Amino acid sequence: MFELRKVEKRFPGVHALKGIDFKIGRGEIVGLVGENGAGKSTLMKVIYGAYQHDGGEVLVDGKPVRFHSPREAMDRGVGMVFQEQSLIPNLTVMENVFLGYEKQFVRFGKIDWKRMAEATRHQLEKVKLAIDPATVTSKLSFAQRQLVELAKVLTLEERVDGNLVILLDEPTSVLAKEEIELLFTLMRDLRKRASFIFVSHRLDEVIELSDRIYVMKDGAVVDAVESGKAEVEAIQRKMVGRDINREYYREEKQRPYDEGKVLLELDAISLPGRYKDISLKLHAGEVLCLVGVEGAGREAILRTVFGLLAPQTGKMSIHGSPAGAVSASQRVAHGIGYVPRERKIEGIVSGMSVFENMTLSQMDKYTRAGVLDIAAERKLARDWIKRLSIKASSENADCGNLSGGNQQKVVLAKWRSGGSDIILLDHPTRGLDIGAKEDVYDMVREMSAAGVGVVLVADTLEEAIGLSHTIAVVKDGEIKKWYNCPPGAKPSLYDLIHYMI
Amino acid sequence: MLTQDNLQKWAPLLVLVVLVVFFTAVNPNFLSIRNFARIAIASTPALMIAVGVTFVILMGSIDLSMEGSVAVCAVLFATFFAALGGSLAGPGLLAVPATLLVGAVFGAINGLVHVKLRIPSFMASLSMGFVGIGLSLLITGGDRILVEDPLFRSLLTVRLGGFPLMTYVAIVALLAGWFIQNHTTIGRNFYAVGGGEDLAHASGLNVNKVRVICFLIAGVFYALGAMLAVAQIGIAETVTGRNLMFVSITSVVVGGTALWGGSGGVWNTLIGVLIVNVIGNGMVVIGLPSYVQDGVLGLLVITAVYLSTDRRSLSFVK
Repeated sequence: MFELRKVEKRFPGVHALKGIDFKIGRGEIVGLVGENGAGKSTLMKVIYGAYQHDGGEVLVDGKPVRFHSPREAMDRGVGMVFQEQSLIPNLTVMENVFLGYEKQFVRFGKIDWKRMAEATRHQLEKVKLAIDPATVTSKLSFAQRQLVELAKVLTLEERVDGNLVILLDEPTSVLAKEEIELLFTLMRDLRKRASFIFVSHRLDEVIELSDRIYVMKDGAVVDAVESGKAEVEAIQRKMVGRDINREYYREEKQRPYDEGKVLLELDAISLPGRYKDISLKLHAGEVLCLVGVEGAGREAILRTVFGLLAPQTGKMSIHGSPAGAVSASQRVAHGIGYVPRERKIEGIVSGMSVFENMTLSQMDKYTRAGVLDIAAERKLARDWIKRLSIKASSENADCGNLSGGNQQKVVLAKWRSGGSDIILLDHPTRGLDIGAKEDVYDMVREMSAAGVGVVLVADTLEEAIGLSHTIAVVKDGEIKKWYNCPPGAKPSLYDLIHYMI
Repeated sequence: MLTQDNLQKWAPLLVLVVLVVFFTAVNPNFLSIRNFARIAIASTPALMIAVGVTFVILMGSIDLSMEGSVAVCAVLFATFFAALGGSLAGPGLLAVPATLLVGAVFGAINGLVHVKLRIPSFMASLSMGFVGIGLSLLITGGDRILVEDPLFRSLLTVRLGGFPLMTYVAIVALLAGWFIQNHTTIGRNFYAVGGGEDLAHASGLNVNKVRVICFLIAGVFYALGAMLAVAQIGIAETVTGRNLMFVSITSVVVGGTALWGGSGGVWNTLIGVLIVNVIGNGMVVIGLPSYVQDGVLGLLVITAVYLSTDRRSLSFVK
């Protein structure tokens, strides 16, 4: 009833979806799995109308459609239950459930709250949630919100004739075991009216629930597994794809690090709710990778090292002396550079030129009494453009117009040229195409050779294994396991996953 | 090359040229040194205020305190000036740096209220503006203070090449503003904070310090504007700053500096001030009543913001 044929989606510099074939029948539950960045969320956005496909066809009951907005998709029975919860916290449950569809309760311009509450209660019954519809949403637990979210999508039942397609993005990630059971029972009950597309990292759940599982990798569906034949290991192998290619990650260039020189030391730092008892030593020339699932605490550790978060207990020292005040500017002054995940928000200032971006963190070196030496800035930028072969028309080009990979190089140049010798990389290859990724890997090796210590949160496990000297597996805010990763004797993906989940 | 970006960049200047051509066509008297000097005199104080607020807007904040700040600076300047002998030739000259200092302090308080008490710049500066008005009334008791020193008044009365001296003072100050914007760390920081505050923070900038300094610098330009406004009419009073808020912010926006920060600059502001004053002057020259002018300026702001906004990059406007 709902089908994608050869669907394509491109963004500037990225081919996000490549000829996707996807089919969901009446009352089916279909699983969708893949690593971060495999294209799952793009695919979902095309399905529920947030993005429009550039090629191929989307068919509902055999007829081609094109959703220009989520609302249009909803009018055809396609609804989304969001992972990052989409309820507006300061509104009541009923206002959220009928947000955008209040019209049915309006009499002479006034909303009939009683009738809306009544209708909301009916929706909440479907998900077996007994709460007052007038409760303010922020007062609910995460699990309750998740169910309200589902109830909101289920209003489609009354609104739309025919079948529903409901997308669930990581619905179980915030739920406790009993709540997950409840959700699954609900989904099975609702199959009379709705088909589900179920996205989850937890493969066992997907296998338990789904009639068919689509495996995505690098923007393409690499396999569609029928539930009877599905095995966790086989699916994992498909998600990861080819065997780890040593050359791809520049393994031949991996040199032992300098054990005598500790750049950064964390001694049992803790921040309740984020991480606990984290101790590590970063040496000159070492790539230390923090591995874990989303929300395991890796990012909080990076942000602590960079002085954006303050640990409650524990000690941290940089270059052998105590870290001092918690502030990013202090850490920058001590030679720490941070390459954040959100390049557009925290990586480069679009609208500023390449040279202005490169010197942003080190303007002191290019000023005398507050006056900038722009000629020197430009020279620095020209040198680094050449050194990292950044593709920019000149040092004056607007950084916002560069491709993702080149923006990443500008960010790295910013820190390297400023003399930072502790570099924190948070998903440095996210959203980059293969060529640009390889450039980043080259840069990582080059940094190691220059004695820079790198703390890496990698985009994929393969990347983590391929690039690092040392891996720390983080789960629920604690380091569960350490691995040494010399070339030729690296741990396997399955070794790591075992401790991650 | 005529791309959309280029068009957006040069549109304000184009508008200015079109306006001049239009008013000249309606009344040829518009195009004369005498009339241009008139426009220049009217523009001078507004230009100083507008340059000051340009920096604040570049950071993506807003400063609405200028009327109060100008009132305080104007009356304190006149008070200092009279107390110090009432002549620029003598110790009265010291009133100038003293007033600049007052402006700086006023601006710094403004910035500190915004940053330390975490009050949005809009509200912090609006309130500080009222504080300034009240303060100036308290100082003058509602009276006007006359400033009659011929040397000070020569800023208006002595002309060089047809333009009074105060125009040249304003040009020097504009160049100083340009220097701050393009050649100093703090100027670069304004763009960085306006273009991406999180990023500026993650690059190790002390964003709060940048903000306070920005309001301080804006305050110095307001003080300068206040003194030029006094030179223009020879009177310092609470209403010296009247109307400067609307005119200066209109000018900045019409000149093409983005309200959410990160792009634009003092040259845009110069063009903006000239556009606003050319319209004001031109409508008098072609004989339209003055009340039409405010309406036209209001429409102009809406048009300018509409044209200068890159709507692709904005998902929501609050």
